[in-house]
Amino acid sequence: MSEQRINRMKDLPSTHLLGTGTPMCSGCGGLEALHQIYDVLGEKTVFVNAAGCMTLLSVYPFTPFRGSWLYTAMASAPAGAQGVRDALDILLQQGRLRPEEDLDVVVLTGDGSANGMGLSATSAAMDRNLDFLYICYDNEGYGNTGQQSSSATPHAAITSTSGGSCGYPGYKKDLFSIWAAHGPAYVATVIGSEPLDLARKIEKARDLQGSRMIIALAPCPTGWGYDPKDSVEIGRLAVKTGIWPLKEYIDGQVVHTRIPHERAHVEDYLRLQGRFAHLFTPQADPAIVADIQARVDSYWDKVV
Amino acid sequence: MPPKLLTGNAAAAWGARLAAVDYVPAFPITPQTEIIEILGAWLDSGEMPGRMVTLESEHSMITAAGAAAATGVRVFSATSSQGLLYAMEMLYTVAGWRAPFVLVNVSRGLSAPITLEADHNDVLAARDSGFLQLHCADCQEVLDSVLLAYRLAEDPLIRLPVLVNLDGFYLSFTREPVSLPEAEAVRGFLPPFDPRDIRFAANAPASQAVAVLGGGPYSYFRYEAHLAALNGVAVYERVAAEFNTLFGRQRDAVECYKTIDAEIVFYMIGSFSTKAREAVDRLRDAGQKVGLVRPRLLRPFPAGHVLTAVAGKQGIIVIDQNLSIGLGGILYTELLASLYDKPGAPPVVTSFIGGLGGRDISPQEFYHMLTITRQAIASGSVPPPRLLYTAGELREIRKLQAIAQVEREETAPGQGPIRDSNTAQETPRE
Repeated sequence: MSEQRINRMKDLPSTHLLGTGTPMCSGCGGLEALHQIYDVLGEKTVFVNAAGCMTLLSVYPFTPFRGSWLYTAMASAPAGAQGVRDALDILLQQGRLRPEEDLDVVVLTGDGSANGMGLSATSAAMDRNLDFLYICYDNEGYGNTGQQSSSATPHAAITSTSGGSCGYPGYKKDLFSIWAAHGPAYVATVIGSEPLDLARKIEKARDLQGSRMIIALAPCPTGWGYDPKDSVEIGRLAVKTGIWPLKEYIDGQVVHTRIPHERAHVEDYLRLQGRFAHLFTPQADPAIVADIQARVDSYWDKVV
Repeated sequence: MPPKLLTGNAAAAWGARLAAVDYVPAFPITPQTEIIEILGAWLDSGEMPGRMVTLESEHSMITAAGAAAATGVRVFSATSSQGLLYAMEMLYTVAGWRAPFVLVNVSRGLSAPITLEADHNDVLAARDSGFLQLHCADCQEVLDSVLLAYRLAEDPLIRLPVLVNLDGFYLSFTREPVSLPEAEAVRGFLPPFDPRDIRFAANAPASQAVAVLGGGPYSYFRYEAHLAALNGVAVYERVAAEFNTLFGRQRDAVECYKTIDAEIVFYMIGSFSTKAREAVDRLRDAGQKVGLVRPRLLRPFPAGHVLTAVAGKQGIIVIDQNLSIGLGGILYTELLASLYDKPGAPPVVTSFIGGLGGRDISPQEFYHMLTITRQAIASGSVPPPRLLYTAGELREIRKLQAIAQVEREETAPGQGPIRDSNTAQETPRE
């Protein structure tokens, strides 16, 4: 494993490899993260995409990627990555592909696929210790179809299929732990608003072998109901409030990479988003907000 | 080399081995499992180079197969029935990728009710997917078809995946003498896969399978796949002729058995066509001028060959080992569509459904179908499609129903008799 080269903000790559002009929404937190991830990974990559918002990155005859791309389907992007990885290995072994022509295989998928119909293929890819990177941009719902609730939707969020007075009744699935339970090479959470933490983790993941799993929380102006200019602020608050713990799993250990001492109140995060507006207007619902706060506190009590 | 006794499954595995496939994504399902077990054993022992990976579902298996073919290696896979349907989304998808590889399907009736034995509803569900289809009648043909299928799939005029179908149990588990061609000779017929521009490599970045916006580009690419599939008829002719020269076995796109002077022909696909051959021989012994027309190539549909085979006949008896529920036999409707308005098309085409879930079709039934068709020709009135079922079979199912009824009454006393739709009909209404 090579040394970490990204230690300070000024070490971040300034290449901006991913092209502009994609049809993603303005302020897309997923695209923000992907720009940063692509700068670290570089163009010797093949992105294997599952159905989701980012399917629209490559629309014939355009692509923002300088490297390669294969769109698969919603449930089976990790299996597509398996096929590509195995074929590249076979070609390398047979001398039909020179080592410098080899590619890193990267799955790109939303939370709907990652937590739902793609989970079985993802689990099996980890079972086989598939040598790939998996990036889930988690906008906490089926964003591309208009933000219906997925199992990554947080408690009480209003979505287009949980529009009642209480919002989404379930609690966000702990995908990080589900993945870590498989014992893959690497699991990490990242967010675009914390670029140094993100770049260090992607650099680490890039240089490891085996299944390397990344969840990027992806603030979503259209799905979460806020002004696109606030994406970075909301991302920062997700970390400051402790709602989005930045952590990694490596060598069987979970390590938190950013511990927010003196956490901000969850209300600071919730109030900025239309999907939680019903907790504050027309009447406040302090019980739900307190429940959300208590769950965050309880999480961090176990950490620190 | 003298012929070896091989099951249809082993013949399929030998096809893959002789084709020198690089990659085998796999998932087990009865009655296909033996294929991947044999390949797995060869790959483990090093008798066969290549790599096999067991996926967690057929959906993933076909994704991996298509992705590997799109990266530039020769891929083989196999499935059956529920597995083929579980993979259905990806069948359409990888055909749209124009990923050339070979998928063997070991036909098995579809659930529900769940069963194990053969019929063709599974493979015919994939008929519109973009996969070409070859249908086998015996074990030798399974091996030969796998080799032919690679030539079809990889031809620059086609570049589509190909399904090779063999019937579960009747072929999959039946041992027949199979001639194994020499590996050298097969290499002459089927050189290593040249992926050309189908690949991923750092020095040649490519986007494959990207989205399109609007019906214009979408239609263009769908039409391209269709036109490429249509090229398959001529390519098949050429490849089959080459195969015949090298290996001495003629594998026509449409097999015609004793059709030249036939007045009436049976029309069917798959291993049950060997029953039809036998019936043709027995009926000819009895002075009946009958023959058999069997499409080996079903996609692309060799309409011209079929028309030539049946032109001028008095009648065609179509036996469908499938059932499009609410319509009837799939071969029947496709044949009628292809013959409509064509000069020389027989005036009478009768339709029979048989062989579902491995149900036998007896010599008496072939005789019966011929009698009905002769009557239709004489009267000029074609009967509606028939569902083959004998009085004996009906007695058997009634016995099973009686047992089921007793069981229900014993396990749920006081509920009174539970009537099924048939008994309800038999009981006078109050």
